[in-house]
Amino acid sequence: MTQLFAYIPHKNGAADECALELLTAAAQIDATAQVTGIVVGSGTDLDAVCNEVAGSFNEIWKIDDVKFAYPNAEIIRKALIEVLPADAVFITHHNSFGMDLSPGLSILVDSPLVADVIEMEVDGNTLKTVRQELFGQVYSHVNCDISSGAIVNIRPGAFIPKENAAAGGNVVDKTVNTDVDVKRRYIETVTPDSGGVDITKADILVSVGRGIEDEDNIEMAKELAEALGAELSCSRPIVDAKWLEQARQVGTSGKTVKPKVYLAMGISGAFQHLGGIKGGFIIAINKNPKAPIFQVADVGIVGDILEFIPELTEKVQ
Amino acid sequence: MEILVCIKGVPDLEENEIEIKSDGTDIVRDDLVYSINEWDNYAVEEAISITEDKGGSVTVVTVESDEEKADEVLRREMAMGSQQGILVTDAAYGKGIASVLKAVSEKGSYDLILTGAQADGGEAQVGGMLAAMLDRPYASLVNMIEVIDDGKLKIGREIEGGDQEVSEIDLPCVLSIQTGINEPRYVSLRGIRKVSSVEIPEYRASDLGLSADEIGIDASKVKRVDYFVPDLGEGAEMIEGSMEEKVNKVIELLKSKGGMS
Repeated sequence: MTQLFAYIPHKNGAADECALELLTAAAQIDATAQVTGIVVGSGTDLDAVCNEVAGSFNEIWKIDDVKFAYPNAEIIRKALIEVLPADAVFITHHNSFGMDLSPGLSILVDSPLVADVIEMEVDGNTLKTVRQELFGQVYSHVNCDISSGAIVNIRPGAFIPKENAAAGGNVVDKTVNTDVDVKRRYIETVTPDSGGVDITKADILVSVGRGIEDEDNIEMAKELAEALGAELSCSRPIVDAKWLEQARQVGTSGKTVKPKVYLAMGISGAFQHLGGIKGGFIIAINKNPKAPIFQVADVGIVGDILEFIPELTEKVQ
Repeated sequence: MEILVCIKGVPDLEENEIEIKSDGTDIVRDDLVYSINEWDNYAVEEAISITEDKGGSVTVVTVESDEEKADEVLRREMAMGSQQGILVTDAAYGKGIASVLKAVSEKGSYDLILTGAQADGGEAQVGGMLAAMLDRPYASLVNMIEVIDDGKLKIGREIEGGDQEVSEIDLPCVLSIQTGINEPRYVSLRGIRKVSSVEIPEYRASDLGLSADEIGIDASKVKRVDYFVPDLGEGAEMIEGSMEEKVNKVIELLKSKGGMS
């Protein structure tokens, strides 16, 4: 029988909101399976997390060591290798931790990795998943042989959290002695200076993406934002190009926003970007009628923002 | 410092509209324009700027069965300032790519191996697999590198919310590079001409002690069955009409939904 394990991320003594998404994902693999939650950390914070999630999982495996006070995937991987049974199906998120942890884990436990899964089901020993490729432009069905275990990285937000799970599990201490030769040592977490910019409070966001094409065209978007009394925000490529400051970036690696209206201008809609939009009426304008943004927008216009923005600004003024 | 950078040519989404073949087995690849995977381009720039500062050389490697496509991608990145290119002309898949890169890296002596954080498949897996195969420390989503000395680097990783996780990592190591870590230099025509006649060693898997079977799709426990277009429901309500009609509709929505006066 498949043994399902979920890695529970946590911070400051509380499980991350996305932890219960793992239960939904596990139920898609086997609705009747026992799901073991693995919580790695240190001291009273760790105990608080274990107690918080114990009710939702069949069992909680606690791995407690002061060296896990910060979630460093390089050493957590070593502990997981020690405790996971050979045919385990291990589920975590496809985020900055899962991308760090899982590829190496898959090699070391010799189990296949299926990354960035958005839907799945099981047929015998085959895990049938749905993924996206080419940055959301196409979908694919990807099958994985899980007869000798698997590592599954699920996309954050793709599975609805299972809030009411009442499994009533016990906390079992699985602390192991792991190799102390730590070759990657955590120093600190740095929050970049916002420069006084706060896009999270705006009622209207004028948000620009790759479709703005050139740094000189940023001015055009600024004028529209000013005319609307809106804030200017953007997608990742604009920050990468250093055309706007990082504090204006919407997405999982930027800010999470909930304006009344989100004007997505020339933004294709990569999942990392959409992960930062938590509400509001989305109006999308994009040259590509197949851009993923049109799947989530309320209203869409196929067109060139470089023509559309000046017209809109003039009309508003 | 000797640096190996693993690169890949991917369909250029600004130049192509992606269509799926009617039987779903692949995307339509006729006339598809390929360019360097964006993450890899940042990795190459980072490698070049480290060697400009600290000495050493940069080797770019790609695993690609289409030699013409591979040659173009390799020469573009060599024109940026990489000294050597290596081409492995076999179709490798998933973990197989990491196996090939391991074998290539063992033919040289590299202090640092860089990959892009992800490519067109979105798995973000090759760098981490390679590090585990080589038993070297690894960090993903790296957005800052400072060389401390011959034995270690100070690195930043991009984590959720845009925060940066700063660590120290021992060399030799493998890092996957996030976009935005630097500003990749432009490639000049002169640069491309300069590298046009540089010889690029070509290997087959068998030259590297691997069989084509063990790196290919048949050996993989993870297999793409097909590409498809999902039933996405309604999606956005599309506004048609003249520019004026579209502008008026957006203003009406900004007033009704956004409270614009």
